[in-house]
Amino acid sequence: MQLWSTLLLGGIVLSSCQGQDSSNGIQAEAIVREAAPPIPIYDSFDQIASLFNKQNDTTYLINFWATWCKPCVEEMPYIERLHEDFAGKKLSVVLVSLDFPDQIESKLIPFVQQRQLRSSVIALTDGNYNAWIDRVDPAWGGAIPVTLIYNAEKRVFIDRQFSDYEALKSVVDSFF
Amino acid sequence: MKKLMFVLLAIALGAGIWVAATLKENPVDSTSAVEAVEVSQVTAAGLAVGDIAPDFNLMGVDRKNYSLAGFEDAKGFIVTFTCNHCPFAVMYEDRLIALHNKYAPLGYPVIAINPNDPAAEPADSFEKMIVRAQEKSFPFVYLFDEGQKVYPQYGAERTPHIFLLDNTRKVRYIGAIDDNARDASLVTTKYVENAIDALQRGEEPDPSFTKAIGCTIKFL
Repeated sequence: MQLWSTLLLGGIVLSSCQGQDSSNGIQAEAIVREAAPPIPIYDSFDQIASLFNKQNDTTYLINFWATWCKPCVEEMPYIERLHEDFAGKKLSVVLVSLDFPDQIESKLIPFVQQRQLRSSVIALTDGNYNAWIDRVDPAWGGAIPVTLIYNAEKRVFIDRQFSDYEALKSVVDSFF
Repeated sequence: MKKLMFVLLAIALGAGIWVAATLKENPVDSTSAVEAVEVSQVTAAGLAVGDIAPDFNLMGVDRKNYSLAGFEDAKGFIVTFTCNHCPFAVMYEDRLIALHNKYAPLGYPVIAINPNDPAAEPADSFEKMIVRAQEKSFPFVYLFDEGQKVYPQYGAERTPHIFLLDNTRKVRYIGAIDDNARDASLVTTKYVENAIDALQRGEEPDPSFTKAIGCTIKFL
């Protein structure tokens, strides 16, 4: 699996190199590094579908959010705080940004850099929401924030903002 | 060329490790998609397709009050809960204008209602509704659900959220305007237009329910 993502990303890096001066490897490298996005961007839900159905001993917390979504930004400190209380436990936190493609550079990346988020951040730009939100959970009404917490035995979907840290922690606690 | 390949491979490997680390050593693939499950046909509370929608009496941005009964020649109504601040509502503004310009002459005007509490979202105040309506020259009425009394009766949950009614105020379609909020050029199914066209032919809209993608309705 790691090899696959390596190859996949290699492909992206390669194709983004096209048109650069291929006679000078150093220069190509510098250009690529500068252009490489610090956040993985997926334009189709299919590319991340397996993230929602893993069968191992890790508990996954996957939060859908966007920089333009006020309640999402409000609850983010609660999610970040989990890294302290669940340090050493098998909890994987992924923040899936639904920021729009034209706001990833201007809004999302500066936001993530300024906040120095400890959670993993990926961006999903698949705009055909009706085609994929039910695959995360059929109870997803169509707005954010939503949070899916699951492991091999249990699955909880929360279709609303967490009112405070305790509300979030009590759900996560129930997985350990 | 060899040197270039080496550099690219090094970058690819480095990037691959970085992605794996990002996803906590569980890189994503597409081998085990969760199967979609059928969508519920009703909103959580409020109206379902087939119900008779309540009328209302709300002030518009022209400071006149409007009720559905006042639209005497209407064959139906494109009741749209929407607002100023939500990016999805903004993305649909031009399509809402086009919808009204196409279907109001056929008897189906857009009736836009802002359901948000300005105390919770100051950008959705009545005064700012007036400003936005003027900026965009809304050709449809833009009403303020003062006191948030109407949207719960309809069961609106998001902005924008469409309730297509016929001339008896019977709900014929609930949901999204079309299947691509973000980019009108990528739309493949125009749910509301198809639903009205079906009514015009004397048929049932299909689908009669979709999920409205957008922002939650704001309240304190």
